[in-house]
Amino acid sequence: MKSSLECGWQIALLLFWSASPLWAAEPGGSTGQGTSIFSPASTPAKSIADVSVFVLVITGIIFLVVFALLLYSVVRFRGRATDGGREPAQVYGSMQIELAWTIIPILIVVVLFLATARVIHAVQDAPEPAGALDVIAIGHQYWWEFRYPKLGIVTANELHIPVSDPDHPTPTFLQLLSVDTDHSFWVPELAGKTDLIPNHPNRMWMDPQRTGVFMGQCAQYCGTQHAKMLLRVSVERADDFGAWVHAQQKPAVEDAGAIAGRQVFEHNACMNCHAVGGTPADGRFGPDLTHLMSRATIAAGAAENTHDNLRLWIQNPSAIKPGSLMPAMQLSDADLDAVVSYMETLH
Amino acid sequence: MSSNVITVPVGQIEARPWVDELHQWLTTVDHKRLGILYIVSALLFLVIGGVEALIIRVQLMHSHNNFVSPEVFNRMFTMHGTTMIFFVAMPVLFGFANYLVPLMIGARDMAFPRLNAFSFWLSFLGGLLLYFSFLGGSGLYGAGNAPDVGWWSYAPLGARAFSPGHSSDYWTLALLVSGFGSIGTAINIIATILCLRCPGMKLNRMPLLAWLNLVMAGMVLLAITPLSAAQIMLLIDRYLGGHFFDTQAGGSAVLWMHFFWIFGHPEVYILIIPCFAFMSEIIPVFSRKPIFGYPVMVAATVCIAFVSLSVWAHHMFTIGMSSYANSFFTLTTMVIAVPTGIKIFNWIGTMWGGKIQFKTAMLFSIAFLFQFLIAGLTGVMMACSPFDWQLSLSYFVVAHFHYVIVGGILFALFGAFYYWYPKMTGRMLSERLGRWHFWLFLIGFHLTFDVMHIPGILGMPRRIYTYEPGRGWDTLNLIVSIGAFIQAIAILVFVANLIISYFKGAEAGNDPWDAWTLEWSVSSPPPAYNFATVPTVSSRRPLWDLKHPEDPDSRYE
Repeated sequence: MKSSLECGWQIALLLFWSASPLWAAEPGGSTGQGTSIFSPASTPAKSIADVSVFVLVITGIIFLVVFALLLYSVVRFRGRATDGGREPAQVYGSMQIELAWTIIPILIVVVLFLATARVIHAVQDAPEPAGALDVIAIGHQYWWEFRYPKLGIVTANELHIPVSDPDHPTPTFLQLLSVDTDHSFWVPELAGKTDLIPNHPNRMWMDPQRTGVFMGQCAQYCGTQHAKMLLRVSVERADDFGAWVHAQQKPAVEDAGAIAGRQVFEHNACMNCHAVGGTPADGRFGPDLTHLMSRATIAAGAAENTHDNLRLWIQNPSAIKPGSLMPAMQLSDADLDAVVSYMETLH
Repeated sequence: MSSNVITVPVGQIEARPWVDELHQWLTTVDHKRLGILYIVSALLFLVIGGVEALIIRVQLMHSHNNFVSPEVFNRMFTMHGTTMIFFVAMPVLFGFANYLVPLMIGARDMAFPRLNAFSFWLSFLGGLLLYFSFLGGSGLYGAGNAPDVGWWSYAPLGARAFSPGHSSDYWTLALLVSGFGSIGTAINIIATILCLRCPGMKLNRMPLLAWLNLVMAGMVLLAITPLSAAQIMLLIDRYLGGHFFDTQAGGSAVLWMHFFWIFGHPEVYILIIPCFAFMSEIIPVFSRKPIFGYPVMVAATVCIAFVSLSVWAHHMFTIGMSSYANSFFTLTTMVIAVPTGIKIFNWIGTMWGGKIQFKTAMLFSIAFLFQFLIAGLTGVMMACSPFDWQLSLSYFVVAHFHYVIVGGILFALFGAFYYWYPKMTGRMLSERLGRWHFWLFLIGFHLTFDVMHIPGILGMPRRIYTYEPGRGWDTLNLIVSIGAFIQAIAILVFVANLIISYFKGAEAGNDPWDAWTLEWSVSSPPPAYNFATVPTVSSRRPLWDLKHPEDPDSRYE
């Protein structure tokens, strides 16, 4: 099904962009890190892709017809040396022709509108089934906070959701909020984008039908580091998701070996912004660090979660993400190493 | 010699002719000189806005590029957008309207010549204010910086909490001041067309250019006023403790969006309708036939103007409107394609059966038709709101509106330059350089903006200063950037053509294109008073009647 859809959009685009075959060499499909809107893995994205291909085909046909008319009249009615300066017949118009090229487009618009309205309704007005997972996504400059109210989990930047079997759907419904400027949640393979606007809660849903990591990022310009407000959605089998939930619900690991780092963390401003579950640190300006090491990336996907990156990030956030709101704490090397070791215990 | 006669030493004046000339240009109230001032200032800003675009394109050539910092990149796209819309596209179109409308309706000047000069200098001051932000944007306590909130400055990013200093204030004031200029010009165009037409020029005999500019001016009055109101509200928020858009205190970010786009979408038509006007003059002359379906063209334009006032929220499909609102704006947006399509068909109908002369102006016009067709069809795709949930805020949208603004508006403008430059200067533009300009720009344009659709489909959002490798975006962005430089070279050829032809171009004479409207009946450039005797017309093509007394248009009207 996926391949036929991809074929569909490539043919439609080929029709449309017959003048530029350049893009055809580009990988269109989902290859690990794909973000193509034409390789949907979830019902909303699939409905959108279907209506999109329909619109592409209709507009492609209109393009071919009008372009052919234009080309024909340019070639056929070009001025020739043999004209001898005589003017062509002066024609002022024709009501019948005008009526024809008014009514036919109106009919096309009616068809396009009805096809579109169906999908708008199906995606936007879908009821939330009993088995659905609720997540609150909160936009911050420049990272994502995810809260699972019924499960008591708080995490950041990497959303974990269960795969949804079409026979027993377990979709995820997101409530979208923002604490500062406008943002937009966009994971092209899972759903269309919806904005996160302060004072204006929004809703979106997705029911991914294959597992894997789906990439996306903030789509609404939100400030200096809009570009590195990346987003990944990890879609997992029900048992994997259950294990993840179980692990996330535990308080932070208490490792006696990292006590020095923990003291640095709690005696500096770190804990004003970051929370570590089960400790006095309960700041909410920055990402919750309780299970930091369960995440593959730091700084909203700007860097992989490795020892060196973590150290660099704490030492000088601007080196990874200039304009990020995390300050450089001017820690001594010893304190820096200690606090990194502490972070690395937060599994 | 009586005592009230002042004798001036003659030599003193002649020693400084350029001061005199400069003084005349700065104090002029002549619609032709003001038109040229508008056009020249717009060309200046075009070059500045173009350089900003090139900086953007160098930065995006490959993933993780470090050509400029994110702060500079954000200023560049904000300034590029603001400059191109408010200080290039609008002034250059007002310039042509100023120059051409009185000449084409047989008037000796605009209705309010001094308001005309006032409006121009307000608009120009707006541009200077915007660019002064580079010096004064941070106020007294630091180096300047330009606004970096995007050309639509969504709330609450434009609030003081997120945009400290004065850069956003310069943006606000620039738009407010130039907006007043636009309103003045719009009033002037409406008054001129309604009151100063020469004897015999009934409304249904006006050249389409005058008709379309009348509609455009009406839309300016309706669209610029909400924008100005919103800017004043923003100033109140920023300085007087208001909370219109202050979400921290219960204000509404969505309210700003409505204000901005009720201006923003009619604005697109404010820009494209004068370009339709150029096409409706150039295509008939070089096809050697009258415009096909004149009354339908007028009706379609008025229809576009009305419908365009009800489509603004298609810029807001992703903000979480109800399904009914999304359906409504989908429908109105699709409906506007119908009158727009009628216009394209009528231009093709004009060429049909003609004897097309491929002068440079006509080449640009044909390219306009081709590109505007595609821009319209990608517009229909995004009118389909589910499709837009994916495409909105992506590079697909960027490609779409550049297809409209560059592929449509700028190509039409180039056509207008090649067509009316002889009238304005008395010299022909070089056809040889014109062809270089056309083909280079065409190739650069398609390389850039055809390819730019695809990263959008592959999930690349707009306004990002850098992107991750491995998403399939690198090669495409490189091609897009190469095309941008080819376009820049074409613009240099164009500017060279403007300058060289001014001094060395062939003499144009009154009527180099064997055209049919009144501006071609006077000398090139026309005298300050335009017409020695006010003409009388009896059809839509007065010069055709003059040239073909055996078969005048007036017989068929």
